[in-house]
Amino acid sequence: MKLAAAFAASTRRRPAFIPYVMAGDPDLATTAAIVRALARSGATAIELGIPYGDPLADGPTIAAAGARALAAGVSIDDVLALVAALAPEIASSIVLFTYFNPLDRYGLERFARDAAAAGAAAVIVPDIALEESEELRAIFARHGLDVPMLVAPSTPPERAARIAAASTGFLYVVSRLGVTGAGSEPDFTPLRRQLSALRAATDLPLALGFGVSRAEHVRAIADEVDAVIVGSAFIDALAGLSGEAAVAATARFVNDLFASA
Amino acid sequence: MPIEPDARGYFGAFGGRFVPEVLVAALDELEGAMGDAFADDAFWSGYREALRDFVGRPSALYPARRFLGEDASAPLLLKREDTNHTGAHKINNTVGQALLAMRMGKRRLIAETGAGQHGVATATVGAKFGLPVDVYMGALDVERQALNVYIMQLLGATVHPVSGGTKTLKDATNEAFRVWAAQVEESFYVIGSVVGAHPYPFMVREFQKVIGEETRAQCLERYGRLPSDVIACVGGGSNAMGMFSAFIDDADVRLWGVEAAGEGLTSGKTAAALGAGSVGVLHGSRSYLLQSDRGQVIETHSISAGLDYPGVGPEHAYLKDSGRATYVAVTDGEALAAFHECARREGILPALESAHALAFAKKLAADRGPDALIVANLSGRGDKDIAQIRALGERSEVPR
Repeated sequence: MKLAAAFAASTRRRPAFIPYVMAGDPDLATTAAIVRALARSGATAIELGIPYGDPLADGPTIAAAGARALAAGVSIDDVLALVAALAPEIASSIVLFTYFNPLDRYGLERFARDAAAAGAAAVIVPDIALEESEELRAIFARHGLDVPMLVAPSTPPERAARIAAASTGFLYVVSRLGVTGAGSEPDFTPLRRQLSALRAATDLPLALGFGVSRAEHVRAIADEVDAVIVGSAFIDALAGLSGEAAVAATARFVNDLFASA
Repeated sequence: MPIEPDARGYFGAFGGRFVPEVLVAALDELEGAMGDAFADDAFWSGYREALRDFVGRPSALYPARRFLGEDASAPLLLKREDTNHTGAHKINNTVGQALLAMRMGKRRLIAETGAGQHGVATATVGAKFGLPVDVYMGALDVERQALNVYIMQLLGATVHPVSGGTKTLKDATNEAFRVWAAQVEESFYVIGSVVGAHPYPFMVREFQKVIGEETRAQCLERYGRLPSDVIACVGGGSNAMGMFSAFIDDADVRLWGVEAAGEGLTSGKTAAALGAGSVGVLHGSRSYLLQSDRGQVIETHSISAGLDYPGVGPEHAYLKDSGRATYVAVTDGEALAAFHECARREGILPALESAHALAFAKKLAADRGPDALIVANLSGRGDKDIAQIRALGERSEVPR
C-alpha cells in the first residue's frame, strides 16, 4: 500500500506506528511472521532493513541484526521476494531501508523496478544527503516509490525546508544527534521547536525516529508528530526469539509502547 | 597546481559526501573553517613552525646507493618521512587538523586507527596542544598492536576497542563516524588518510603536500632537474597524494602508486582497491573499493596493517582513471624482501607499508637507464613491525 493511503487509513494508533525490522534476522520465516504480527497490531508502515555490513547511521543493535542476517546469507533478492509475499496480504506500507552501496551495486534503476514490482511503497537510504540524492529520487519517483528523507537536529532550518521539499511519503525527523538505538534520551525542547518549524514548512507527515524506545517517549511527543519509528528497542525486545515466541513478543511490545500512563 | 575538487567535493567522478544528514552541518562547518584557515597566512605559519620544531622537518632526500645492488643504473632517492617525530608521515596531517580544530573552538579529538600509527600521531598532537583524544581501534588490531595501544595511553589518549564487523580499521572508521555524529558540536574528527566525505580527502592532502613540495625543491636544488619517476605506497593514499600533488603538472614526471597485493591480486587475500576492486561508496565518498557482487565490503589482507584497508582515496581513483598516475601492486613476499634489503644495505628499517614502494622501485630501476632519477617515499620507519617480522621467523639472507 502507498504511504499516503496508509496514513489516510491509519486511525488505530495515534501517533501512527512505524516499526523497523531487519529482514532475515534471525531468518526470513521469522521476519515474515513478525511483519504479519506488526500489521495486525496496527502498524501504518513497516520498515524492512536490507542488511549491510557497514551501516554508518546505525547503532550496535541494528548493526548486529544486520550482521546476523548477512551471516544467514540474506541478499537483496531474498528481501524483495519477502516483500512480494507479504505486500498483498497486509494493510501496512512496506518501506525498505538500506545503504547506498548495495543499491548502487544492484543498480538503482533495476532496484527501483524490482522493489516497486514486489509491492514496496518507499525506500529510505540514510547515507545519502540531499546533495547526492537527486538521481536516486528521480529514478525511484519514476517507479512510483516514495523516498522519505531525513532531517537531523543539526540541520539548519533553511536546509531542513529544502530536504522537506525533496522528501516524499513522510519526513523522517531524527530525534537526537548520533545513530539509531539506545543512547542519550531525546531532548524534547529543541525537538519541539524544530517540529513546529517543519510543520510550517511541509504538509508531509512528520515521523520521529532514532532513540524512540518507550511509551513515555511516545506520549511526550504524540501531539507534535504524525508517526513514531521504533527499531532498536523492538529488535532488543525480540532478541533470541523466533516463530510463535517472536509473534507473541511483538504484540506485547506494541501494546506496551502505546500504553497510556 | 594540484587538482581542486568541485563544489560538491568531486575529483572527476569520485568523492562527494555519502553521509547521514546529521554530519552534513559539521562537514559544512569544517569546509568553511578550512577555507578560511587555508586563506590565512598566520594559520600556515603556525603549521610550518610546528612541522619545523616539533616534527623535525624538512626531512632529508637520501640517495640510496646500495639498496638497488651494483647492476642498477638508475639512481634512487628516498624521501625520509621515517625520520619525522612519531616515525611516519601521519603527523604532518594530525598537526594540521589539530591546529584547525583549535581554531574552530573544538574541545576533543576523535580518530580511527588500524595499526595505530595515526592513533599515535593524533594522541601526540593531543598531548602537545592539550586536547583530549579518543581513538577507535578494531578489537583485533588492539590485540595485534598492543605496543601502539600502550603508547597512545602513555600520551594520554583513550583507546576504544571496536568489536563490530571484522574488528579492524574499516570498523574502527565506522565507529569514529558514529561517535562523531553524537558529538558533532564539541568534537573534531581527525581522519588519518585522504578518504572520507568532502572536504577530508582534499584537506588531508593539503596537510601532506609538504612531502612533495620539499621533494621537488630538493631535487631541483641538488640535481638541477625533476625526478623521472615518483613512487609511493597506497593504502588510503595520504603519503602518496602528499607526494604526487607537487608533480601533477609536471607531465614528464611519472607517478606510481603501489598497492598491497597481499598474496596476489586474484588470490582473494589482497588489499589493492584500485588493482582488484570496483567503484563503490565507503566511508563517505565514491571511489574504488573491494566489494562483493552484492555491494558488501569484503575483508582485506596485507602483511602491512597500514595498507590493509578496502577503500582508497577518491583523488587516486581519479588519477587512475585519467591516466595521470599508474597503480601497481606488490605482494607480501616482495615487500618483506625489500624490507630486509633496505635494512641490510642502507641501514634503514622501513615500515612494511613503505617497503611496498621500495620493492617496486627496485623493479622500475631495472627498466630505467642511467638518466632516470627515481624518488620513492619512505613513508615510515619499521620499528612498529619488528615483532611481526620476528614472528614470521625469517632471517635475513641478504648479502652485504
